Amino acid sequence: MKGASLAHIVLVIAALAAVPLLTASNVVLNFLVVALLVALVGQGWNVLAGYGGQYSFGHAAFFGTGAYVTAILQMRYGVNAWIAFTLGIAGGALVGAAIGALAFRSGLRGSYFALVTLAFAEVLRILASVAPVTGAGVGILIALDLRPQAFQFQGRVPFYWIVLTLVAVSLLIVRLIEQSRFGAWLVAVRENEDAARAVGVDTARVKLAAMTISAAITAAGGGFYAQYFLFIDSGIAYGPWISIAALLAPIVGGIGTVFGPLLGALVVKTLGEIAKLVTGDAPGLDLVVYGGVLILVVAFAPQGIAGLLTSLRLRFARLRSSPPERAHG
Amino acid sequence: MAEPLLCLQHVCKRCGGLLAVDHVSLAVEVGRITALIGPNGAGKTTLFSIISGFLAPSEGRIFHRGTDITGMPPHLLARRGIARTFQIMQPFAGLTVHENIAIGAHLSRRSRAEALDAAADVASKVGLGQVLERPAASLTVAARKRLELARAVATNPELLLLDEVLAGLNPGEVAAMMPIIRHLAGRGITIVMIEHVMQAVISLAEHVFVLAEGRIITQGAPQEVVGNARVVEAYLGHGAAARLAAAGGTHV
Amino acid sequence: MLSLTILVPAILNGLLTGAVYGLVALGLTLIYGVLHIINFAHGALLTAAMFAAFFAHRLLGLDPYLAAVVLTPMFFVLGYCLQRFVIGPAAHGEDRNVLLVTLGLAVVIENMLLYAFGADTRTINLDYAFRIVDLGIAFLALPRVVGFGVVLAVTLLLWLVLSLTDTGKAIRAVAKEKLGAQLSGIDVAHIYAVTFALGTACLAIAACLLIPTYYVNPHIGNAFVLVAFTIVVLGGMGSVTGALVAGLFVGVVESLCGLYLGESLGQIGIFVMFILVLLFRPSGLFGERA
Repeated sequence: MKGASLAHIVLVIAALAAVPLLTASNVVLNFLVVALLVALVGQGWNVLAGYGGQYSFGHAAFFGTGAYVTAILQMRYGVNAWIAFTLGIAGGALVGAAIGALAFRSGLRGSYFALVTLAFAEVLRILASVAPVTGAGVGILIALDLRPQAFQFQGRVPFYWIVLTLVAVSLLIVRLIEQSRFGAWLVAVRENEDAARAVGVDTARVKLAAMTISAAITAAGGGFYAQYFLFIDSGIAYGPWISIAALLAPIVGGIGTVFGPLLGALVVKTLGEIAKLVTGDAPGLDLVVYGGVLILVVAFAPQGIAGLLTSLRLRFARLRSSPPERAHG
Repeated sequence: MAEPLLCLQHVCKRCGGLLAVDHVSLAVEVGRITALIGPNGAGKTTLFSIISGFLAPSEGRIFHRGTDITGMPPHLLARRGIARTFQIMQPFAGLTVHENIAIGAHLSRRSRAEALDAAADVASKVGLGQVLERPAASLTVAARKRLELARAVATNPELLLLDEVLAGLNPGEVAAMMPIIRHLAGRGITIVMIEHVMQAVISLAEHVFVLAEGRIITQGAPQEVVGNARVVEAYLGHGAAARLAAAGGTHV
Repeated sequence: MLSLTILVPAILNGLLTGAVYGLVALGLTLIYGVLHIINFAHGALLTAAMFAAFFAHRLLGLDPYLAAVVLTPMFFVLGYCLQRFVIGPAAHGEDRNVLLVTLGLAVVIENMLLYAFGADTRTINLDYAFRIVDLGIAFLALPRVVGFGVVLAVTLLLWLVLSLTDTGKAIRAVAKEKLGAQLSGIDVAHIYAVTFALGTACLAIAACLLIPTYYVNPHIGNAFVLVAFTIVVLGGMGSVTGALVAGLFVGVVESLCGLYLGESLGQIGIFVMFILVLLFRPSGLFGERA
């Protein structure tokens, strides 16, 4: 299990950064902005589930909190958009820490953890759909103010740079985790909690830290969404769609890898677009494709695209080296 | 006399209506290899789980260097220098041997590189140097036992609780493992081992506690204990010692 | 303070709703008790069953109670195939994978229904839908009283199947000790599929009981399934009787919360209860574990 090197990250980000220099197409840029947004949200899920083994079905709780804090602080309290965005990340992290503290203190694992995260996201969704401060059922509109200091821009290119920067930061964070003691402990928790405790890992604390980081990254996605689309309601912010997107991207790309969420987000969004092109833009069809992809990947490529690439590379290496060396096990 | 490294006072563990551990009091001297023997179901592993913090005792107290550690969670005990292995091996299955041991080494080392170096060092001492990059799940039983040991040793413990690290090994593998344990004791690590392989107990241990039905029935030097009629009866059933004596031997 | 004339009907209505909740939860808890998995597709399958009952009436003129006779075996077969040919093979025996596969199934089913039928809410009109049973102290809707009776009958039947038939005994053996059951020659994959099929069949019956007085849209299952999760956890994961008792209890709680707090907050009451139970009593209020 070799991690991604710094050079890989620089190379990938540089390649993506070159796209606006090559095309000014709004369709391409919009596609990439949304794909990168999904990659960001998925990277959050990846920290907790891919590295820590805690499968959350309710990452919408953090996405929605990031989005609502960003929007509400601006529209109700006149806070500057950038500050609101930053506080949105903090708010998401706080919600993550709170849910994590409750869930992990009670020793919830596996299915129970998935259930409780799902339930928290639903509670927040219902609350947001009735509370006046969130605009209740109507949702909340961020007033048009096309100035950089208001985190709003004329064209899509600046948004593209910003989301790309956020993705770059998330890649670096995950790479940092991979290289650190915290990362080793987190993976140990995923592999075997009892064994981890026996060698001195404070498993509850490691999981809580992972959940907080995870929630913060996903909340950044929510805040960015609010600024990019300038509208959110309870179904968008806290809806199941984002919880599913958050887990689908890393699973398709390669769970527990630095580039998995990015790779997966690009593939999944591409498939969604193809589905729309083939059959017209009917509601639900892209999600049918996503659900199908999820089942197929789990069934046939549990390590995602990254896993397929690794086994291909191994097979290629084996072909070239003779006599063929067989790994035991 | 020096203060014992580990001291149990009237430790009990109730499981349902059963007393799995029944008023066990014992002291472990610094620097020794102590063995804990007894028939299956005697409560040995339960006692280890209590000492290492995985189970809370129903009654009684446990002291480490004079500090009451009763009910302290496993990770804090590991940080105090109490490490254990598991009878049912618990590798980090998806990780390599090197990464497995490094997680133990991380306890006292923040840096990834230092932990990996220390892990490689420990691996070569327990004879896993050749399989560092193999996934833990692909190891043989004997190698997994060594991995259990290596991961615990990598935490730099002063007290090592070994739960049947020789069980399931063939005689050659047992013979290969014994000098490793002796070497660890030589480095000043106090060892408490649960063991069924009597030949190993006799040649390694300096002091033996015998547990049967949750109680310590006797203790002493290995040779004395093994000849003790109560021990034979605990293993082989009531009247066995008399029958063996009549048959002219007390070999277990 | 509310008077008895309001309270008693609210409680009785809660019991009637709770019985159907219990039936939905029964399927879920049965699957959990034997396969030790949480079926996240349960809600979507209920939605599918409700659409099936809806169209059986709309297109074929089939009365929902008659439709149950046809739909129950159909959903039994559907459930069997899903577990045997999709979930089982795709999960490679890993619990985490089961979570993901059933979630994937839920997304596919729900959105195929959305794609096919749109987001509209649909109802059917039956002449007996508004008929009332007068108990003296309360008026109850006839279809809901019938539903209550059917749920009790189905629970009893299920209990008989589990305790008396060979397959039922095999199911209980697998639930208790999978390896032992396997060693004594029981085909575990088959028993898993049969259990999943029974759970899915419960949904078809629940759907037919709901459709006369309720509505259907592609997302309707979600509302039920989270309530069902609550009931399953409350009743003790895997406990059949626990599911029924907890179902009735939740029905009453919801009815009373609705009375005091209003519709949407009444729903929150259930979620809060769910989270609290998960956090503090994961083995359930009514105890026994499978």
